[in-house]
Amino acid sequence: MSHATPALEIVGLNKVFGGLRATQDVNLHIVQGDRRLLIGPNGAGKTTLFNQITGDIIPTSGQIKLFGQDVSKLRPDQRAHLGLSRTYQIITLFPKNTILHNVALGLLGLSNERWNLFRPMARASHLHDEAQTILESVGLGAMSNKLVSQIAYGEKRRLEIALALAQKPKVLLLDEPLAGLSTQERLTVKNLIANIPKETTVVLIEHDMDTALDLAESVTLLHYGKVIVDGTREDVISDPRTREVYLGH
Amino acid sequence: MNKVLMLLFVAGLAIIPLVSGDFYINLATQILIAAVFALSLNLLVGYGGLTSLGHVAFLGLSAYICAWTSTKLGVAPLVAIGLSLVITTIMSALFGLIALRATGLGFLMITLAISQVLWGLAYRWASVTNGDNGISGLTRPSLFGLSLDSASSFYWLTLIISIFAFILMAAFAMSAFGSSLQGTRDQARRMRALGYNVWLIRWITFIYSGFWAAVAGLLYVYYNKYIHPSALSVTASAEALLAVIAGGAGTLGGPIVGAALLVFLKNYASSFVERWNMLLGFIFVLIVLLMPDGIVPGVQRLIRRMRGAQS
Repeated sequence: MSHATPALEIVGLNKVFGGLRATQDVNLHIVQGDRRLLIGPNGAGKTTLFNQITGDIIPTSGQIKLFGQDVSKLRPDQRAHLGLSRTYQIITLFPKNTILHNVALGLLGLSNERWNLFRPMARASHLHDEAQTILESVGLGAMSNKLVSQIAYGEKRRLEIALALAQKPKVLLLDEPLAGLSTQERLTVKNLIANIPKETTVVLIEHDMDTALDLAESVTLLHYGKVIVDGTREDVISDPRTREVYLGH
Repeated sequence: MNKVLMLLFVAGLAIIPLVSGDFYINLATQILIAAVFALSLNLLVGYGGLTSLGHVAFLGLSAYICAWTSTKLGVAPLVAIGLSLVITTIMSALFGLIALRATGLGFLMITLAISQVLWGLAYRWASVTNGDNGISGLTRPSLFGLSLDSASSFYWLTLIISIFAFILMAAFAMSAFGSSLQGTRDQARRMRALGYNVWLIRWITFIYSGFWAAVAGLLYVYYNKYIHPSALSVTASAEALLAVIAGGAGTLGGPIVGAALLVFLKNYASSFVERWNMLLGFIFVLIVLLMPDGIVPGVQRLIRRMRGAQS
């Protein structure tokens, strides 16, 4: 596989909110198939960076490239069609619908059927069948007809990921997928992430170092919106600046 | 089971003119027209989460275009109807461009402002609209040689069009597109991340909803054979919104129940109770207190609970 074109490249990215410089001259080069862990203290600008990659927030300056293509001017939905997918730190699901319907919406988003004004959604059985398969792969297959409002928090976390995985993304951004989970649930979600196919490049924000470092191949440390250290997992962990800013002692 | 019930319901509606007098036939016609209008508003409010306080703009526009082209320009009914539908749909596309710059309260205020502009025009642009006098003298066309002058024949036509409108709006709500629309209502940000063009989904819905409001406007103007600026008033928009919410926003049956209740109270109760507006308000407060999400979801919950208690 050619690694010539990075899956995700960020060049000279800046975001200013009033007087706050949330992103300061960030440059990132994430190769295809990488598992990149983004770390940094609270308020380091990790989620803000994600929001700029997806297009929810427009950068003040700089470029974001997906597989060499500049997507900085594209809407979030257009970026999704180029293979970008994400999950949210705060659960962002469709609470009134069944789990199955949630995943089906994820599938529908990239299908031209979403513009069909008259064909009943209930008859889109291929979407539902595929959604069911995906749910089984994350261990939610047995409860696919439950409403999101009826399932436990840990299951919602897994559904968050299932919804993104349904789109078979080329680049997947996971924003604290382990937040608020018990030890047992952490292990489940960790395995889920570890089993994401290598064709998908994964960028992960996570505070649980024990789990996240196992998953990561490379690490980027952000602090006050700046990239402080960037490199392979071993390099970043052993770097004294990482200890100073993040790991402590 | 549901289909059988629905067919029985439609059959029941169809025989109304055979078993009752003109007063009730006309009442039923008005309910049907209000139901088509409420259903169109419900696409925005219930399925899209876009609360409009200016939906009468499209009903009024369509009614005025039809009345004006028919009586002042003397065009044939079919041409007048075609012009009304086409122009109103185009205008809803344009108004949608403006209104959908915002959501929530902003959207509500812009729709209100647009309908108020039209209301003002209807009053002031007297050379076209006859101002406060309204446009009268519109006659109902005949359909395949059948006169639509009698209460019953116009009722049947309205019923057929209403059924057609209901089916097409229900299909829209239950389609893949309708699922996308409901997704944008519940979680717009996630929908964008999943690849949906949220703005475009809302705009298409706005236009589709405007079209069906225009259909309701045509029925309205041919039923009354008259149009007055009050059809474009805030009160009219608010009443329709109230009907949708009281009946159950985001359900297919809700707007019909709400419209029936509204028209019934307005026409029937007002002949017995002088302060019928107070009665209307009282009933709506009661609905909101007892069934906060509307009559149809409320009754469904009651039935489920009763069934649960039996088993």
